[in-house]
Amino acid sequence: MDFLQPATWSEALALRAERPDALPLAGGTDVMVDLTFDRRRPAALLDLTRVPDLQEWALEGDRVRLGAGVPYARVLTELAGRLPGLAIAARTVGSPQIRTRGTVGGNLGSASPAGDAHPPLLAAGAEVELASAARGTRRLPVADFFTGPKRSALAADELIAAVLVPVAAGPQQFCKVGTRNAMVIAVTSVAVALHPDRRAVGTGIGSAAPTPRRAPKAEQLVAEELDWAGRTALDDGLAAEFGHRVAAAAAPIDDVRGSAAYRRHALAVMARRALTWAWDDLRRAA
Amino acid sequence: MRVTVTVNGTERTADDVWPGESLLYLLRERLGLPGAKNACEQGECGSCTVYLDGEVVCSCLVAAGQVAGREVTTVEGLTGAGGAGLHPVQQAFVDAGAVQCGFCTPGLVVAAHDLLARVPEPADPEIREALAGNLCRCTGYEKILDAVRLAARRQAGR
Ligand SMILES: Cc1cc2nc3c(=O)[nH]c(=O)nc-3n(C[C@H](O)[C@H](O)[C@H](O)COP(=O)(O)OP(=O)(O)OC[C@H]3O[C@@H](n4cnc5c(N)ncnc54)[C@H](O)[C@@H]3O)c2cc1C
Ligand code: FES
Ligand code: FES
Repeated sequence: MDFLQPATWSEALALRAERPDALPLAGGTDVMVDLTFDRRRPAALLDLTRVPDLQEWALEGDRVRLGAGVPYARVLTELAGRLPGLAIAARTVGSPQIRTRGTVGGNLGSASPAGDAHPPLLAAGAEVELASAARGTRRLPVADFFTGPKRSALAADELIAAVLVPVAAGPQQFCKVGTRNAMVIAVTSVAVALHPDRRAVGTGIGSAAPTPRRAPKAEQLVAEELDWAGRTALDDGLAAEFGHRVAAAAAPIDDVRGSAAYRRHALAVMARRALTWAWDDLRRAA
Repeated sequence: MRVTVTVNGTERTADDVWPGESLLYLLRERLGLPGAKNACEQGECGSCTVYLDGEVVCSCLVAAGQVAGREVTTVEGLTGAGGAGLHPVQQAFVDAGAVQCGFCTPGLVVAAHDLLARVPEPADPEIREALAGNLCRCTGYEKILDAVRLAARRQAGR
């Protein structure tokens, strides 16, 4: 096995093109488990931790351009104000040791339906930036990035450069159910983002379909029905209907972590709560 | 491949490292430092916790090649280069009876050491949060919490 360690982004892209048999390696929290348990034996590892561009984030207009190699620990300490939904989700990932190493780019690279970064990125309306030596850079909505369980739009010669996440214009929430408070893969999860600037609502569902996905009918309902001008208390019936529509947008299965019926139930409850918390935050801010 | 890394303040070199092997393997099998323990090898138990460039990581999840030129501190190095005896966090674990079989102890000591360096007087929820990635199969968690509280008190001079 070869160990490729580019020092620059252009070198990384060149190596990626030359060595399609090399597995990109960021924090290693998914890759190393696969190597140790012999689930993967790539001909080479392409270590991205020495590429400075990937470890940075910067403001780009009204969005945060978050380098693929920024670990969860830094999302929490540096971006909780601008990207509250992603930060809440980051806080639930693994343990302190996992959050030091694990990255948002690695979460996207694995493209697990249960990845915790995905629902808040969907709810915020984020884009993924992919790059290759041959074709340069392209950006696509995160919703289009996921193509199946652990499958994504990433081409064999591409690397994930960054995610572009709109700076929150309103409150965001993320809820996850698991068997304990730390170190759990989500049984199911949901993110809600309020966009009061354009009177819209974003959603993201995790671990309840072949890919992370939005709940467009739930978004549409509350965008139309919420009292954006008066910001009166959220109607219980509307919150409940929002929860039902989120649950209806999912396509869960029975597996070791939970049954499909439980996941649907939990989604309805979590979505209702997340919307209520977010709306109450918005009213308090007014 | 050859990997050169600073471990507990000393530059160390290992040859014939397989690129897919972990920092944990490098430390235990090549550099003769068995303090970090190998239990789950999948990031779940924290027994292999070490510092990498000043941050706590599961050494079983770091590729050996990733640490070239970096600084690693293991439980053996907490007392400083050439340091003898026990670090106050280790002494607190002994005094509080927080060690049963001892397998989880090195990882917990490093995690607790990191917490107390960042938060000198942590509240209980902060202790639980900081140690959430460390499992004790002897389930001596109450004594472990006692040990961290004791180390914090002693550190504050009370
Ligand atoms: C104990 C434990 C607990 C965990 N808990 C959670 C949890 O609560 N929630 C959660 O969502 N996940 C969890 N995970 C999974 C893992 O931590 C996350 O998926 C993490 O985001 C992976 O990031 P990484 O940087 O470690 O990725 P790596 O393991 O380095 O890589 C993951 C994948 O992404 C690819 N990749 C990485 N960077 C790039 C790039 N720039 N371009 C192209 N491809 C790339 C790699 O080739 C690989 O396929 C856990 C893992 C462990 C071991
Ligand atoms: S051996 Fe590394 S976390 Fe268990
Ligand atoms: S003392 Fe035995 S595992 Fe913790």
